Amino acid sequence: MSDGGAIALEAGQAVEQREARQDLRRVLRELFRNRAALIGLVILVGVATSAILAPAVAPYDPIVQEIALRLKPPGWTVPGGRTYLLGTDHLGRDILSRLIFGARVSLIIGLSAVALAGTLGTLIGLVAGYRGGRVDDFCMRLTDTMLAMPFILLALAVIAVLGPSLRNIIFVLGITSWVSYARVVRGEVLTLRTREFVSAARALGSSGGRIVFRHLLPNVLTPVIVIATLEVARMIILESALSFLGLGVQPPTPTWGGMLADGRAYLSTSWWLATFPGLSIMLTVLGINLLGGWLRDVLDPRLQL
Amino acid sequence: MTRYLARRLWQSLLVLFGISIIIFIILHLTGDPAVLLMPPDATKEDLDNFRRIMGFNDPLFFRWPPWQYLNPPWRFLTDTQYGRFFTGVLRGNFGMSFRHQQPALSLVLERMPATIELTLAAMAIAVCVAIPVGILSAVRRNSVLDHGGMILALLGQSMPVYWLGIMFILLFAVRLNLLPAFGAGGWQHLILPAVTLGAFSMARIARLTRSGMLEVLGQEYVRTARAKGVSEVRVVLKHGLKNAAIPIITVIGLDLGTLLGGAVITETIFAWPGVGRLAVQAISYRDYPVVQAAVFTLASIFIIINFLVDVLYAYVDPRVAYK
Repeated sequence: MSDGGAIALEAGQAVEQREARQDLRRVLRELFRNRAALIGLVILVGVATSAILAPAVAPYDPIVQEIALRLKPPGWTVPGGRTYLLGTDHLGRDILSRLIFGARVSLIIGLSAVALAGTLGTLIGLVAGYRGGRVDDFCMRLTDTMLAMPFILLALAVIAVLGPSLRNIIFVLGITSWVSYARVVRGEVLTLRTREFVSAARALGSSGGRIVFRHLLPNVLTPVIVIATLEVARMIILESALSFLGLGVQPPTPTWGGMLADGRAYLSTSWWLATFPGLSIMLTVLGINLLGGWLRDVLDPRLQL
Repeated sequence: MTRYLARRLWQSLLVLFGISIIIFIILHLTGDPAVLLMPPDATKEDLDNFRRIMGFNDPLFFRWPPWQYLNPPWRFLTDTQYGRFFTGVLRGNFGMSFRHQQPALSLVLERMPATIELTLAAMAIAVCVAIPVGILSAVRRNSVLDHGGMILALLGQSMPVYWLGIMFILLFAVRLNLLPAFGAGGWQHLILPAVTLGAFSMARIARLTRSGMLEVLGQEYVRTARAKGVSEVRVVLKHGLKNAAIPIITVIGLDLGTLLGGAVITETIFAWPGVGRLAVQAISYRDYPVVQAAVFTLASIFIIINFLVDVLYAYVDPRVAYK
């Protein structure tokens, strides 16, 4: 490339970088102007921080049992100074600490499952949209099939066969939820396929694969990010449903769904066992929904979710 | 139009076929279903006998060379495990339940009316509450009613279904002692599970109705109707709702199918004697024929509902057949 070309390239990149920074500033300003999204962000930052710093934040060990202190109501203070802010469960474990450690499980599973499903779904959507024809038809039938299965039963059956473990749960959740990403990506690719930059790239000799990854993929990422954010919420709820039915991450690791299941037996005497885990789930999911909804409105309002 | 519908029908059948394959594969995921189904202390001889009797030694789909299954032409159906499973399904034979000495499919069909009752009740409650709320929110935009309604809807979509169910039990059955906590019986037994199951749909339909009505009420023909002096109620209902109804109807149809799946957890919490609860119990007892029958039946109903939604949609908006 000539010297003049190199200079022009650098100047172009500098302009791009400045524009990107301005875009980022604009996005952040929009964020702070929207109260709902801000609340969602605050909630999520709170949950994520306490999950990451769990050993430091949690007041007590979540696994150690103290039968003498079982089923104590919220705010119970042991003479000697220790307070159990949210009470203890049926084995004397502090509920607040278990909630904090439970956040770890939920967030890990939610994020990993979304990463897996998102990658899978985006790939399938890209291939189906770009190739069209029989490949497309096959992928669409595949999507319909996955959608027709009642998800809970499918997940239950697979985990019952494979055994409950962190890895299997992430695997099952990822394998079964790629559909939303695939459908949206395929739609985007179908629209983009007719644009000039694709014909230009093909005229310049780019192979199909290169077109897909270098040109189409960056443009479909926006809706994928929006969907991924909202899907994390769905993954968290599904994971807690699995734990509730006993097929999630096994005890003694605390999970929000598992705590709910434990609390069910003590509903009439100790309401706090079941109420607080449910509140945690609801709060986290609410935060994600608020942030994701704002993200969708800012990035791509056309999305029907 | 008929070609479009015939195509959708064919696609539905293909999907059913795909589901049968998936259900079939799940049982063989670990590679050796004999180990899975027999008690842990079975001897090697027991396992071998079991495999021989159940036909697990035959190939799943085929062995090399694959064309050996064309001679005689029905060999695929008799000599492969999937072939036998497929013919069984066609005849409605999913095998005997391991736990109850009864054909798996009849167990499922016994419980189906209960699940259908619950699902229909849930959807009815959801629609009866959500649509008026959505309409009112759109008509009184930005009022307390609007904001309050939408906040509740957002919460409703963020809540895990079973937590809502447990909280209902706590409030209505334990504290207030107003309604029974579990089992089936009169309408009192139906209310809590139905509301729990329908909550998510209720929230979604409310939000959808509100946005649909907002969009429609801003249209020109509404302004014309108002200028002509039509009463506000007629404007909202006759001109507004009818035009906003199409996507709402689609969502209702799709949600009906989803509710069938969601009923699994609700039925477990409230001990409602439906197919979902049967399936969960069957899974914990490793009663795989029942699991297969339950999943296949629920999926079939979902596919049928989807097809009916397609028909309805094509009837209401014929443009969709000419894509």
